[in-house]
Amino acid sequence: METEFKESINKAVNNANLTGALGKFSEAYKVNRAKAYEGIDFEELRGRIAELKSYAAGHLEQLSEEFAKNAEARGAKVYRTSEPAQVREYILKVARENGVKTVVKSKSMATEEIHLNQYLEEAGIKVGETDLGEWIIQLAGQTPSHMVMPAIHMTKEEVSDLFSKEVNERLSSDIPRLVKVAREQLRPAFLEADMGISGGNIAVAETGSIVLMTNEGNARLVTSLPKIHIALVGIEKLVAKYSDVATILKALPRSATAQLLTSYVSIISGPSPNTDGSLKDLHIILMDNRRSEMAADPKFKQALQCIRCASCLNVCPVFRLVGGHVFGKIYTGGIGTILTAWFDELKKSDEIQGLCIQCGACKDVCPAKIDIPELIMEIRRRLVKDQGLPMIQKAIYAVVNNRKLFHGMLRAASLAGKPFTSGGFVRHLPLFLADLTDGRSLPAIAAEPFRDRFKKIKQPKCREKAAFYAGCLIDFAYPEMGESLVKILNKAGIEVIFPEDQTCCGAPARYNGAYEVAAGNAVDNIKALLAEDVRYVVSACPTCTVALDHEFISTFESLGQTEWIPQAKELAAKTIDFSTLVKKLVDEGRLTLKEGQQLGTITYHDSCHLKRTLKVSEQPRELLGKAGYQIKEMFECDTCCGMGGSYSMKLPEISGPILQRKLRNIRETGAATVAMDCPGCVMQIRGGFDQSGGDVKVRHTVELLAEQLKD
Amino acid sequence: MYEQFKARAEGVSAEVFRFNTRMETVEFISGFLRREGISDVPGSYALWAESPFLDGIDRQALDKIGGLKFEVTRDLAAVARFGISQMNWAMADTGTLVQDSSAVEQRLVSSLTEIHIALISTGSILPDMPTLLTRLHPDQSAYIAMITGASRTADIERVLTIGVHGPSRLVIVFCDELEGAN
Ligand code: SF4
Ligand code: SF4
Repeated sequence: METEFKESINKAVNNANLTGALGKFSEAYKVNRAKAYEGIDFEELRGRIAELKSYAAGHLEQLSEEFAKNAEARGAKVYRTSEPAQVREYILKVARENGVKTVVKSKSMATEEIHLNQYLEEAGIKVGETDLGEWIIQLAGQTPSHMVMPAIHMTKEEVSDLFSKEVNERLSSDIPRLVKVAREQLRPAFLEADMGISGGNIAVAETGSIVLMTNEGNARLVTSLPKIHIALVGIEKLVAKYSDVATILKALPRSATAQLLTSYVSIISGPSPNTDGSLKDLHIILMDNRRSEMAADPKFKQALQCIRCASCLNVCPVFRLVGGHVFGKIYTGGIGTILTAWFDELKKSDEIQGLCIQCGACKDVCPAKIDIPELIMEIRRRLVKDQGLPMIQKAIYAVVNNRKLFHGMLRAASLAGKPFTSGGFVRHLPLFLADLTDGRSLPAIAAEPFRDRFKKIKQPKCREKAAFYAGCLIDFAYPEMGESLVKILNKAGIEVIFPEDQTCCGAPARYNGAYEVAAGNAVDNIKALLAEDVRYVVSACPTCTVALDHEFISTFESLGQTEWIPQAKELAAKTIDFSTLVKKLVDEGRLTLKEGQQLGTITYHDSCHLKRTLKVSEQPRELLGKAGYQIKEMFECDTCCGMGGSYSMKLPEISGPILQRKLRNIRETGAATVAMDCPGCVMQIRGGFDQSGGDVKVRHTVELLAEQLKD
Repeated sequence: MYEQFKARAEGVSAEVFRFNTRMETVEFISGFLRREGISDVPGSYALWAESPFLDGIDRQALDKIGGLKFEVTRDLAAVARFGISQMNWAMADTGTLVQDSSAVEQRLVSSLTEIHIALISTGSILPDMPTLLTRLHPDQSAYIAMITGASRTADIERVLTIGVHGPSRLVIVFCDELEGAN
């Protein structure tokens, strides 16, 4: 990664103001958002939003035309263009023709996308932002750090310094006072301005209306006081029907700021009179700038469903550490990465796409139902396709794709008795991490991998069989987890087989955009796991389970390889995660846990893939409860631990603080043990406690349950 | 629905009152203006934008209030403290007022002033926005305005602060006797 980029990350994570403000906000946001959605069926609502926005994305040309026709019939002037340069020229032309000297603006990301302010200023026109946050950063000469809260990175002291300069008077940092100063300072700007420029939150084709939302009331003034109003609207804001407005407005304010509705919503349909009785000169610019190209891309079309609520930023464990500036200038966070790749260029997203740890938190809350992590993966894949893999990664994958060589190397490392960190080659293996003992120590490679230990286990003969997919971590670092699993399944009358030819699940390659490598891994595993007819293929690693259950198929689909898809589907149908299978066996009465045990309190960490991709969270809790543990939930139990495969190797400066936060939340429960269902999380969290001290035991659910089987 | 509206509107710091007759409503408003220091100097005016409510009352009592004007201009609005206007609808589930604001005067009194007094007939409360959109269409109004609580911001350190560019107080006055303005 470029040092400049690394520096911007370091600067951000070490900026206590920023991480403090974002951290506090993100914690409060989750609670407030839940409250705002009380009594609303979120899944039903976002299903409707996704549907109506997806329809619009599929009919951009038709809706643009309809919008233009209807808005023009009401007296608005509609200008359609795909070029940012033409947008700028059009606005300047209107300004020149009308002798415009000053412009007031309400918040609009589209104008930022085309760098309008700078352009107009260079042409000698004074441009004033009027949204308080935008005004603050305009005064500071900065760019927004958040889509909804542009100045969230600044303290009140910094704001008071800025304002003091502006009004030539030493101001205190009393916030209500500062807000009052802004009101007084901006009032004359509104009254004098010759032109108002706004964005548009929604554009309604059926009626030619634009919808504007603000809390401060500035958009009302921008659209009422100057005689000219120009609204710049990206065509992804189009919806077909007037009634769609209510659907979007039910979610947008709730998701954006946890409000039931923003203070002011204006629906503008054609010009209305000015204060001198003349009719408003209303221009609406529908800007494409690669949006129709995006709509034509089967993968990325769904990104146009975005309603710009920014909730994906608010719940992102990475964003709350680094804030928006690391992401670039305009669109930030997960969705920002995607929009930057398109509206700017794919290359620009090269570094920022790597910020995503693939935890899936954003996908869970997105009111437009966009699979943000999946799209970021697709960007990765295309970048790798365009630019190829870095040399070192190529070398790694050559090894990973050759199971015998790969496993041979792991064994060699174990002979040296060293942890994963050392040894010339192991340090660069994707899953097994390099120089970062920073905040976390790493496990040693087991002297005897699970595949060898397995041969020594004596199993009873059973009618039913399950294939165990161990995954690299259980196989080579935590073989005892595999042994526990065998013990449990045997008790339930299931014989476990271990197909020797199984290899890496391909997740490391896939998460780095190396889909060809991942496809190779997929084929090897499909062959190995389908060789013998079994009832289940079980895994105790959620990342592997997700690979077997979803990603083999989607990797083939992304590459357009159809040959192995039927077998991949057959494998997916048999795949089950450990806790779900055991819960089922217990429910069926095939497995009994010891009764009446009092094992004390325990807390449970939800692994990203288990909770959000596989939708499993209750099963392990119920099993642990049945076994006699009392579960004390930690704060943010389902927030990522910062592991993310090779993420913690590439971005330790982000992974580290995410881990520390997790450790703190675990400690605060006072529980003696923390349970989880993922060996990757065990590695991260156990390593964290090792380094920082504290005697919290970190266990995989499989180990805890194996101790509590009834004889 | 009134109770739901009231609870939601008060939740976003609006002040909600309800009166039976037009007479009582007028008395409340004049009392309120006096209490809050209306006077005939710039900065203390009250502007009352055209509204059906005014047609049905004896205006004499109002005419005696110094500083209360029924003429709305941009210059006057810029130096008025109070703005009074009549709303067309209310939405109970969000505590929102809705007005056909095609006439810019309606917007001036509710956006430039510090205190906005919004009059509305109790019979105009609708359950929610989907219902509203079936009643008020862009064909009838070039500028539909929805107002929920006072002007607010949280742009400095996420601290909620009332009264940025719009009114810092929203006083909602329901009148039972008033016919719906629709
Ligand atoms: S998947 Fe997680 S890390 Fe990636 S953008 Fe979404 S919330 Fe952020
Ligand atoms: S991607 Fe989804 S969550 Fe993110 S801003 Fe868009 S609509 Fe909101």
